[in-house]
Amino acid sequence: MKLKLKIWRQKNANDKGKLVDYDIDGVSGDMSFLEMLDVLNTQLIEKGEEPVAFDHDCREGICGTCSLFINGEAHGPDRLVTTCQLHMRKFNDGDTIYIEPFRAKAFPVVKDLVVDRSAFDRIQHAGGYISVNTSGNTQDANAIPINKEHADKAFDAATCIGCGACVATCKNSSAMLFVSAKVSQFALLPQGKVEAKQRVLNMVEQMDKEGFGNCTNTGACEVECPKGISLENIARMNREYLAASFTSNT
Amino acid sequence: MSWLKKTFSSSIGRKFSMALSALFLLLFLLQHFVINFSSVISADAFNELSHFMGTNPLIQFVMQPILMFAVVYHFVMGFVLEAKNNAARNVKYAMYKGGANASWMSRNMIYSGLVILGFLALHFYDFWIPEIAHKYVRFEEPDATRYYGELVEKFENPMRVALYVLAFVFLALHLTHGFQSAFQTIGARSPKYFPFIQKFGKIFAIAIPAGFIFIAIFHHLTA
Repeated sequence: MKLKLKIWRQKNANDKGKLVDYDIDGVSGDMSFLEMLDVLNTQLIEKGEEPVAFDHDCREGICGTCSLFINGEAHGPDRLVTTCQLHMRKFNDGDTIYIEPFRAKAFPVVKDLVVDRSAFDRIQHAGGYISVNTSGNTQDANAIPINKEHADKAFDAATCIGCGACVATCKNSSAMLFVSAKVSQFALLPQGKVEAKQRVLNMVEQMDKEGFGNCTNTGACEVECPKGISLENIARMNREYLAASFTSNT
Repeated sequence: MSWLKKTFSSSIGRKFSMALSALFLLLFLLQHFVINFSSVISADAFNELSHFMGTNPLIQFVMQPILMFAVVYHFVMGFVLEAKNNAARNVKYAMYKGGANASWMSRNMIYSGLVILGFLALHFYDFWIPEIAHKYVRFEEPDATRYYGELVEKFENPMRVALYVLAFVFLALHLTHGFQSAFQTIGARSPKYFPFIQKFGKIFAIAIPAGFIFIAIFHHLTA
């Protein structure tokens, strides 16, 4: 397969950056998208040129490190996959492929296709946890009765890998799907209810501080999310936030 | 009350207040349609209902100011949120396939809203400003029989009818997304009833504007 790639190249955070054209030949349909970029980088290194910087880690679709906005869609044209699980068979010989970084003011470009997603970490630090003393006397989680429906929904929310595709694809660069998944996974479980009010207030406050946009319920995030996180979580976060605002003591 | 200010200046608080104003405007739209539709059935019924709405102190001095506030708030907050959302992506994509994962209506609420704003300016010029001038500037004697004639007269001009039809098409597009979006934002989303809200919202979004279009064309053709 022969392809024309239009890749965003940017030396550092202060560089203006631009799309650069590359031609690549001999691409197999069995390659993953990242393996195709590996081939390109090998060719660039052999020519003495700077390879394209991009994020990747597990390459198994579970770590949330890989990103890329491919032909106008987060993680490319396939559904429920991360870029590392996107295969070149989804493209045709002779195609032109636009490869851009995830774009949001809260996700500044570090270099080429690598963006700084530490805004998500700071939101997690604001409340995406439960306070449990690990003194050796921790209660067995299985000893606490949990409604099956709530356990399933909490688990579904917890499958969010924090890749940022929701932000990248949202026309408003809103992070509400991510934050709502993190709020929901605890709000639905007895262990998380104790700190539920302060958690949602703190996480939403941090989300707003980071400069993400506002959700307008287009539903694009749900479609592009590699883990299929539901918009139901955003409605739950809205309920949790409004209820906490009016009933919390702080 | 700083917590209240904090709540309603947060991203969720702003969206919540937008949704509340939207739900109020949906109710207003429904009652406006019911009263206007009475003009198709009976001129006397329309005159009676219009006179009641135009002279009842509760409607005039409580509901009308709330309506004005809801309209202004919905538009102003719509523009504020649009500006904030645009600023949240300072470098745009070279290629962005918005249509691959979201409907045109959901992505273009600001444009359908702008058309509705333009229509409101025409609508106020046609009906609301003359009504306010009649009652509160010229202090003319109440006349319970004038409303039907004033309504029919406005729809004699085919250009005005065409503009009304266009505006209601955009209102339908706005409501197709807006109806269910308001419920999602206030958190009223359960697998039990949300599919009904989505379906009912689509019917409402098409039926009410279509009804207004029917009323305009009916009076144009029968005048």
